[in-house]
Amino acid sequence: MIEEQTAPPAGAQKSKIMLGWIAAWVIMIAILGMVAIKLYQVTLGPISSGGAPDFTLTTFDGQQISLQSLRGKVVVVNFWASWCNPCKDEAADLEAFWRAYKDRGVVMLGVDYVDTETEARAYLAQFDITYPNGPDLGTRISQAYRIKGVPETYIIDQNGKLVTNIIGPTTFQNLAAIVEPLLK
Amino acid sequence: MNKGFHRRERRARREFFFFSAISACSAVIISLTLAALFFIAPTLAQGNEPTDDEVNAIAKQLYCPVCENTPLDVCPTQACTQWRATIKEKLALGWNEQQIKDYFVQQYGMRVLAAPPAQGFTIFVWILPPIAFLAGAAVLAYYLRSLRHPAPAPAAAPPSTKSTAPESDDEYAKRLEAELNKRR
Repeated sequence: MIEEQTAPPAGAQKSKIMLGWIAAWVIMIAILGMVAIKLYQVTLGPISSGGAPDFTLTTFDGQQISLQSLRGKVVVVNFWASWCNPCKDEAADLEAFWRAYKDRGVVMLGVDYVDTETEARAYLAQFDITYPNGPDLGTRISQAYRIKGVPETYIIDQNGKLVTNIIGPTTFQNLAAIVEPLLK
Repeated sequence: MNKGFHRRERRARREFFFFSAISACSAVIISLTLAALFFIAPTLAQGNEPTDDEVNAIAKQLYCPVCENTPLDVCPTQACTQWRATIKEKLALGWNEQQIKDYFVQQYGMRVLAAPPAQGFTIFVWILPPIAFLAGAAVLAYYLRSLRHPAPAPAAAPPSTKSTAPESDDEYAKRLEAELNKRR
């Protein structure tokens, strides 16, 4: 008993040092783990299947549209920006698609990625785009869909499941070929 | 007749000088007014317009998510040019630096900030480097101290009546003793 109380100080110091080392290693591994998770998330490509992440888009007109509220309809979500030249290539086709399918249970949403409002509004006017469009506030929607650039288009079925994604500019025919089977 | 003529002539001259003086004064005043409009007005307008240095002072604290690792003040893309124009626009409206940064965070998210705020997960960005530095300094100090004051040698074993050496050593010692005795 006496021997336990008067344990050599060198041993106690050694165990303290050992504990310090263990704590340092645990912290370092935890930090490396967090960095690894972040890096892994960065390397993941855009989402291409499963449930489409929910979001609420505030349009340039101040209207709020949530993806959840569009259940029962096919939703086409297009990411674009006024500074993006390939987006201009598909703009007319997207508007034509919207006009052709809006009465058939299809909703189109334009998500303006990392853009400035003045130029975005000018872009919408230039291409006479009438479907709902709004800024990706805080880049939350683009992060949820893990987009890698613009334009990207995501097609969501009536149950909120992501059918496919289109990386790069798309066309009327391409969209119609994907959406038509969903409407039957 | 002559007297009357001279009087009229003098009066005409006076009137001529009077109107000439008025005309000259008017011309000077009009010229000065035009000069003021021409030179001073642009100076006033220029005074309201933010300079590129003022714009860049804020732009260098921001990063556009499209152009990774390139500060906004030196980024050559169209998106960044638009962003700089937005900064200029806001400065002209009388916004201060913090208001503009808050606006960009609201629009594009926290990742646009070159120096993230010390809150949430990003607090690690601020606290880990000094902790790592202090930990490194402590390890170095401990190592240098151990070099200067080496650890004392382990205490000598207490004298014991019973030899702790193996039996084989005892036999060897006995034989050695015997051999030495023989040679004496």
